[in-house]
Amino acid sequence: MQVTQQAQFNVNYITLVVFFFVSIVFVPFVVFITKFLAPHNPGEEKNLIYECGVPPRGGIFTHYYIRYYIFAFLFVLFDVEVVFLYLWAVLFRNLGFAGLIEVLIFVAVLILGLAYVWKKGILKWD
Amino acid sequence: MVWWLALLWALLKLIIAFLFIFLTALILIYMLRKVMGHMQYRMGPRHHGPHGIWQTVFDALKLLGKEDIIPNGIDKYVYLFAPVIAFVPSLTIFAFLPFAPKVAASNFEISLFFIFAILGFSTISLLMAGWGSNNKYSLIGGIRGAAQLISYEIPLVLSTMGVVIMAGSLNLTDIVNAQVKIWYIIPQIVGFFLFFTCGLAEINHTPFDIPEAESEIVSGFNTEYSGFRFAAFFLAEFVNLFIICALAVLLFFGGWKPFTNPIAGTICFIAKTYVLIFISMWVRSTFPRFRLDQFMDFGWKFMLPLSLVNIFVTAVVVLIVDKIR
Repeated sequence: MQVTQQAQFNVNYITLVVFFFVSIVFVPFVVFITKFLAPHNPGEEKNLIYECGVPPRGGIFTHYYIRYYIFAFLFVLFDVEVVFLYLWAVLFRNLGFAGLIEVLIFVAVLILGLAYVWKKGILKWD
Repeated sequence: MVWWLALLWALLKLIIAFLFIFLTALILIYMLRKVMGHMQYRMGPRHHGPHGIWQTVFDALKLLGKEDIIPNGIDKYVYLFAPVIAFVPSLTIFAFLPFAPKVAASNFEISLFFIFAILGFSTISLLMAGWGSNNKYSLIGGIRGAAQLISYEIPLVLSTMGVVIMAGSLNLTDIVNAQVKIWYIIPQIVGFFLFFTCGLAEINHTPFDIPEAESEIVSGFNTEYSGFRFAAFFLAEFVNLFIICALAVLLFFGGWKPFTNPIAGTICFIAKTYVLIFISMWVRSTFPRFRLDQFMDFGWKFMLPLSLVNIFVTAVVVLIVDKIR
């Protein structure tokens, strides 16, 4: 039994590595092949960026107002929470009522944070 | 099993997965054009072959013969790697999806978790494409894509938590096997709607296609791409649609149930998936696009609290039901 489990484990990871590797190599490979199929005559006008159809003005590195960078902090917090919640959810029936209470306290702290951010008006758009 | 035999076996699975992906993408593109056409009182493609079924094949072949234009002033490595990364989740996730009892490339204990981890790649590719393109609108599209991930990844993952609690496993095969008595769509109806909405948001499906909103930012992150690099984004988009619908079927619609035979199970699973894909195309041709601020508000102020409530209501109900038994 131990051996077959180990074998299954190996097969799983070999499959995963093969899929992952090929998925990375695939697009460069086909692009390489199309080099022989497709025409290639670059030109001054042709190599301009398209943007919106008229000749572009100015570079891209100007000021943008990224309104949601605080959302990004929240995202990190909640994403880590999700990882912990998965562990709890898988073992839910073993942990029972006590586990539920503990996780509720854990999530309540984060929800308080969300409520605070909401109240503070950071989730508002302007 | 010796390692080279395992490697050969993996390669065989890979070839099957590849064929399946391309067939799926071709069918989905044709289906989208036909379904949307008929919903808008048009015919869709109809010239090549009966009902125009060869049209997408010709379009795909034509893309291979297109010139690969690399515009001036791009951030070279980021620009060239973006389509590569876009394709990674499309193929890799097929290593985890079980189609029927014995029809799966691998059998990980945490396949659901792996899938969510890899699905995030598609958004990174979007941000890379936006950043590398030397195009203001593409950059805006990329940033919007990141905003989309930030807001909808969490409800997406949380919405599956109810299913995980009920099944007690992260293995997709186990989750399907746990749905013998009842499909989880019935106890987890809220979870399903959360999952489907956030799933469509995660893969930029209309009404959440704000990273490539044609009427606002030209074509968003993929404006500057041509030839096969563009096709890679396109391919990834359609395969991701299949993946989200397949996941929804596995988690909420009992996968290959009521069949247990591998062949009948696979057919049943794919048929269920195509029904969900049809529904998503229906949504696509019916709803107008969200505005970005409404979209973010909807994610943080509605979907996230609702998904948390869903988890704890599920947990309490499962505890009570277990006590009664």
